[in-house]
Amino acid sequence: MTAPAKSAAIVKIATVWLDGCSGCHMSFLDMDQRLLDLAPLIDLVYSPLVDIKNFPDSVDVTLVEGSVSTNEEIEKIRKIRKHTKILIALGDCAVTGNVPAMRNPFGVAAVFDRAYRENAQLQQQNPATKLPILLDRVRPVHEVVKVDVFLPGCPPPADAIHYVVAELLAGRTPNPGSVTRFGL
Amino acid sequence: MIDPVTRIEGHAKITLKLNDSGNVVDAMFHVTQFRGFEKLCEGRPMTEMPSLMARTCGICPVSHLTASAKACDALLAVKIPQTAADLRRLMNLAQTVQSHALSFFHLSSPDLLMGFDADPVQRNLFGVFKQEPQLARDGIRLRQIGQTIIQILGGKKIHPAWAVPGGVNRPLSAEDRDKMLAMLPEALEIGQRTLQWYKRIAAHFTAEARTFANFPTLFMGLVTETGGLEHYDGNLRVVDSKGEILVDQFPPERYLELISEAVEPFSFMKFPYYKSLGYPQGIYRVGPLARLNLIDHCGTPIADQEWAEFREIQRGTVLSSFHYHHARLIEIIFGIEMMERILRDPNILDTKVRARARPNRNEGVGVAEAPRGTLIHHYRIDDNGLMVWANLIIATGHNNLAMNRGILQAAQHFVEADRISEGALNRVEAVIRCYDPCLSCATHALGQMPLKIELVNPTGEVVHAIQRN
Repeated sequence: MTAPAKSAAIVKIATVWLDGCSGCHMSFLDMDQRLLDLAPLIDLVYSPLVDIKNFPDSVDVTLVEGSVSTNEEIEKIRKIRKHTKILIALGDCAVTGNVPAMRNPFGVAAVFDRAYRENAQLQQQNPATKLPILLDRVRPVHEVVKVDVFLPGCPPPADAIHYVVAELLAGRTPNPGSVTRFGL
Repeated sequence: MIDPVTRIEGHAKITLKLNDSGNVVDAMFHVTQFRGFEKLCEGRPMTEMPSLMARTCGICPVSHLTASAKACDALLAVKIPQTAADLRRLMNLAQTVQSHALSFFHLSSPDLLMGFDADPVQRNLFGVFKQEPQLARDGIRLRQIGQTIIQILGGKKIHPAWAVPGGVNRPLSAEDRDKMLAMLPEALEIGQRTLQWYKRIAAHFTAEARTFANFPTLFMGLVTETGGLEHYDGNLRVVDSKGEILVDQFPPERYLELISEAVEPFSFMKFPYYKSLGYPQGIYRVGPLARLNLIDHCGTPIADQEWAEFREIQRGTVLSSFHYHHARLIEIIFGIEMMERILRDPNILDTKVRARARPNRNEGVGVAEAPRGTLIHHYRIDDNGLMVWANLIIATGHNNLAMNRGILQAAQHFVEADRISEGALNRVEAVIRCYDPCLSCATHALGQMPLKIELVNPTGEVVHAIQRN
């Protein structure tokens, strides 16, 4: 990538993990040594990879993995949208609902029955103490908040993630269609 | 007095219960994500399962791919070609190496390098890079080598559609074999260098080793026919905390005779237990520590030497979950040595890599050792090969009872009556990290899990609260 001039402001980046498998985050890590090259240009202000708890007040770019599947995730993604300039739906679960949304035709009750009654031998019950409430219908991120960039793939390849981040760092609008596609 | 706590990254949280004297008497680890693969697969062709079930986890997708393909082999009622089995074994080992690298370098090395009381802002991989660039580069490179081997075999690093019912979908070329072989010496060098570093610094963490889930449990895992370290095939062995073998060469498809699952209201992750001891006495552990505790040997020269030294830590079995880190590093070395052995066998280039058949049975079980422990996929199909039922027991799930008890032990040691220091907070999290915080199979909560704990008195008043930043 072409690195912006040293004087360029450090770009604040966040990564968020809703209902997904973490594969998109692993693909982010698959940037490998390029992560260390990016390190001086970005500040990873919130991510499962760092020890910061609260989503900061102002984030330049947030990459969101996963679909919206619980009441808590709705609140979370709304809060994130409010404090993010450019929100990227990272991967097919965020973009379409993908695998998590495959539970939609069955309904929450049937899915719980399989896991906690049929496939359990002791204390069969639906866990509900201090736990989020599952939505009747799993949704892609853009059904809940505005998404600025869609980056599909299962997961999007590391090169595609790097391309998007590098374009944004250079002040250009990325065109992910050239580097990834659904189901890739 | 009860209920401290809040959330960790939205996906897991911890409650510490206090008694009247302010001592921690119970700990609950809430896993807050639920995915429903056991149901959502229903009605779909069994042939889709390896690719679909791999989506359970992006950190160890190859484990799910492997266990799923093996369950499908059982549905076809075929014995797959030896080369196909060797190729699957190879990919599974590559994944063990990359996943263990993630756990050790990306997630745990900040604590080990900087100490558990270090500034949380620095306590991540980038902080490691600033302080010890070689360590961070080693971790990135080792993970990259594992991921690249997966890519060479399966076409992509994450969620390769490669293992299929009956084998794998393409044979290996000599050129690709050589590319993989060329990376292994560097991987071995990193593995050995890191293990030596770890052994030097481990001496600084005696308090942690004593209190991070240091208690007797059973251990379960697969072993080879001769009791060696096994990740792809083999049979189940269970040992007790003294190292006595309770069950040996047990066919994994009969897992339901050994273990049952309980549900607790506070977690989406179920609580498997060793059936004959009952619940919750039937607590057992799986994963690298368990595997190294229950085998008779690893089966490769360097790993065997390191394993012998590892077992010197404690007579019987090594009980503290802190030593998962050490075990993981030995398994990295084993994985690299074993991959080399597999690749040096000329039969690895054989082009017969798939047995073809229609479904011949309505029920099949596939079991493999994931990086975090024994992984069980159990499917039922109708006569058309469509899924009617699935049961998955995920590696991390087996450790659920032990994680809860481990959190309790660390909290009792490090949490003062009415105050929690940042260091205590980090140590409570770190207990979970020992088991390898990829709860993503059963849930989420990767890595450095920031959390907030509140201590609340009986009237609901917050006595003390702590959180990061």
